[in-house]
Amino acid sequence: MDKNKDIETNDILGDVTNNEYKYGFTTDIETDIIPRGLNEDVVRFISAKKGEPEWLLEFRLKAFRHWLTLTPPKWAHLDIPEIDFQAISYYAAPRKKEGPKSMDEVDPQLIDTFNKLGIPLEEQKVLSGMAVDAVMDSVSVKTTHREKLAELGVIFCSISEAVKDYPDLVKRYLGSVVSYRDNFYAALNSAVFSDGSFVYIPKGVRCPMELSTYFRINASGTGQFERTLIVADDDAYVSYLEGCTAPMRDENQLHAAIVEIVVEERAEVKYSTVQNWYAGDKEGRGGVYNFVTKRGLCRGDYSKLSWTQVETGSAITWKYPSCILAGEGAVGEFYSVAVTNNYQQADTGTKMIHTGRNTRSTIVSKGISAGHSQNSYRGLVKVAPKADGCRNYTQCDSLLLSSTCGAHTFPYIDVLNDTAIVEHEATTSKISEDQIFYCNQRGIPTEEAVGLIVNGYAKEVMNKLPMEFAVEAQKLLQITLEGSVG
Amino acid sequence: MNSLKQYIELYLENRATVDENSAAPLNKLRAEALEVLERAQLPDSSCEDFEHTSINDMFAPDYGVNISRVNIPVDVASSFKCGVPNMSTLLGITVNDSFRSTSTLQGKLTDGALFMSLRAAAREKAELVERYYGSVAPLSNASVALNTLLAQDGALIYVPRGVQLSKPLQLVNIFSSPAPLAAFRRLLIVLEDDAAAQLLVCDHTQDSATDYLSSQVVEVVAGRNSSLEIIDIEESSSRTSRYSQMFVRQHDGSNVRINGTTLYGGITRNDYHIDVSGAHCSTTLNGMAICSASQHTDNHTRINHLSQHCHSTQMFKYVLDDDSKGVFSGSILVAPGASFTEAYQSNRNILASTDARMHTKPQLEIYNDDVKCSHGATTGQLDAEALFYMRTRGITEHEARTMLMQAFMTDVIDSVHIDGLSDRLRHLVELRFKGGPDALCGDCAASCRGESVVKQ
Repeated sequence: MDKNKDIETNDILGDVTNNEYKYGFTTDIETDIIPRGLNEDVVRFISAKKGEPEWLLEFRLKAFRHWLTLTPPKWAHLDIPEIDFQAISYYAAPRKKEGPKSMDEVDPQLIDTFNKLGIPLEEQKVLSGMAVDAVMDSVSVKTTHREKLAELGVIFCSISEAVKDYPDLVKRYLGSVVSYRDNFYAALNSAVFSDGSFVYIPKGVRCPMELSTYFRINASGTGQFERTLIVADDDAYVSYLEGCTAPMRDENQLHAAIVEIVVEERAEVKYSTVQNWYAGDKEGRGGVYNFVTKRGLCRGDYSKLSWTQVETGSAITWKYPSCILAGEGAVGEFYSVAVTNNYQQADTGTKMIHTGRNTRSTIVSKGISAGHSQNSYRGLVKVAPKADGCRNYTQCDSLLLSSTCGAHTFPYIDVLNDTAIVEHEATTSKISEDQIFYCNQRGIPTEEAVGLIVNGYAKEVMNKLPMEFAVEAQKLLQITLEGSVG
Repeated sequence: MNSLKQYIELYLENRATVDENSAAPLNKLRAEALEVLERAQLPDSSCEDFEHTSINDMFAPDYGVNISRVNIPVDVASSFKCGVPNMSTLLGITVNDSFRSTSTLQGKLTDGALFMSLRAAAREKAELVERYYGSVAPLSNASVALNTLLAQDGALIYVPRGVQLSKPLQLVNIFSSPAPLAAFRRLLIVLEDDAAAQLLVCDHTQDSATDYLSSQVVEVVAGRNSSLEIIDIEESSSRTSRYSQMFVRQHDGSNVRINGTTLYGGITRNDYHIDVSGAHCSTTLNGMAICSASQHTDNHTRINHLSQHCHSTQMFKYVLDDDSKGVFSGSILVAPGASFTEAYQSNRNILASTDARMHTKPQLEIYNDDVKCSHGATTGQLDAEALFYMRTRGITEHEARTMLMQAFMTDVIDSVHIDGLSDRLRHLVELRFKGGPDALCGDCAASCRGESVVKQ
């Protein structure tokens, strides 16, 4: 840590443990990596490697050809260095021995990795009641609880398995919410996606446990392009968790994922993310570039989709989980805490597109910036001409923890219907000295006081997270901000 | 399609005439402007800041430009009916882009203050105009460059050090032409240290059957501890397009209050670009728009806080009827080092009909931690309960709606600090609400033809 620079502002907190990225280990595991670069042959290779049917190859090729016509978007409030898309390897799989049937057959090193991550892959942890699909370097490694879920008719597997086992379902829904023409990164993902999770909750089923995916980039020089597809049929309910980590590396890694969610009549999907990709070191070297397209279609009447995200990692985050509220009375929610420190940049927010009557949406976004980071909220609330009686409430607050960071808000509000009520509020401020003084007075040291205040500030969002995640998210928040408060 | 081309061609063909009918300090910048324009394009809807209002399309039709300064006759009395009772002003009139002094103005300004034609000033006080002309509006902006290329006249307001004008100035812009006409106007306002001035600007058209295009660049320099209030009211016709860009530079301790009101118009786009470069400044930027038929009003604000201890507030309110469209995009930037900034922004809109649309984009860009900033935006409709309450008291629906809308605009109207003007504005707004879409400014005869006309 550069003491000279920080000594004045951080005289109390300067001594606090350095903001070490505790997930920054690599796993020495045999990996299949194809040579760097992207062309039609690579797309064909990925498809062939996964033994995909013809229609999926066609889908990939169409996406790839469309991608060639696009240029990376530049509108975000981000300073994105030129990315050489030919310098990335588009497929890296942990080398598997033939078909692991039980836990004993899974590569022990891999289990070790997931243990370090705290993934309940093993028997003892199965008791904690979570079904986990772990994706390492783009390939789904192991899905737990599969059998138990199958009894209820719930499908929870990797998307490549789903392509083989449930081709009709996948074909029907893949690309129906996020088309390959959607944007640059969506086209790229559609061309080269290697794996991801597929969830199908049949009619009337309330998924008894939380489904969870853990993503990890391991191999160097690779990108991760996973794809998640969640379908909740009429009256179904599911809560889905997503966690992300990556090893520490000097070079930048690319992560471009797509999440598609379809919510049918009266169904409810709750999607929670704790994103903690490696954010780069204190000087801003390395870190993951996180360009994600997440969108849910609330197709059925009275359906509900809730996004909750805690964004603490990534060098660059470009992510706008959205809801298309098409069914009558559909509800969209977005709760977000985005923390940036050092040289991190985040441009994140949501889109709420009201096309159905009497649809409602709530947006609560809390941004916390420290160090030299830039943190932007960018969101769209759109009410279509025929969507009568819509309601939106947006609140975005920013907290600034240093004089060198930036906090920005770019809300877009397009109202094309006169019965809509749309409200937007935003505030920006730093932690008040009064609050710190009050805590100090009662014997709480400054660093703890800051933690306390930040946690209180983010509580509204943290409360929306499932129990297991809330604890982790709270810790992450503290780790990310350690040594940054002054 | 690049609509700049026709204007560049026009200039190249008539270079000598343009220069001849203007003055040296204005001509001096034309070469540089031309250079910029040859590489540039007017912004269209593919540009983030012009998503809903394409300047390129606005300038595309074939308008005439009065470069040889033919003296187009204008019946001032019939267009200008918006004298303000209980308010005595020093009046200047701009017909299209040429400034005409009036009897109320001549000889009234003392202490070296100037309110005159920019062209005349550029000839008589070349040094002064040269010093400030083009010093605030950046030529790198294509629309500013186009205005600079073709602007031949406009108005100059100059208030020397320590002079505080006792009477408000009033500038009336009137469009008058037998054929479609584009006017490129400049307004240069310079307040030296400790000076104070108030200015009322209103836009009118002689008739509502001709297409007009108004390109206006306003440059404001507010010296140390100066105080300036500008009220800009647009009451033109539905066939008028207006692109007004105001650039303000505030020095230490200055206080600038701006109010931009759009009552009648076709396509209106107003840019307010305020650089608060001095410390301890205060900035108030308010505005309202009442739109009906297919009116289109786009206000774009940008306040750059570059220094410490400054305070700014923005409040914009819209009422949109029929299939009109409102756009508001406001941004506040707090630069690194601009500590103790307080900046607030609010945008409230009422959609009064099913086809009305509102696009709003309030933005904050903060690069400093010791600030208090907030913005809020709402879009909705009149409170049903309030309407019901009034109906139960025997007030007709139309009356009740008008009263509520009038009340909605009250805080913008009350922020005007010129005696008599806020009452007048309240009256104009009331007429606007009551008059329906066809009532043009000419119908607001109340002040000059007695109180008899247009009361429904």
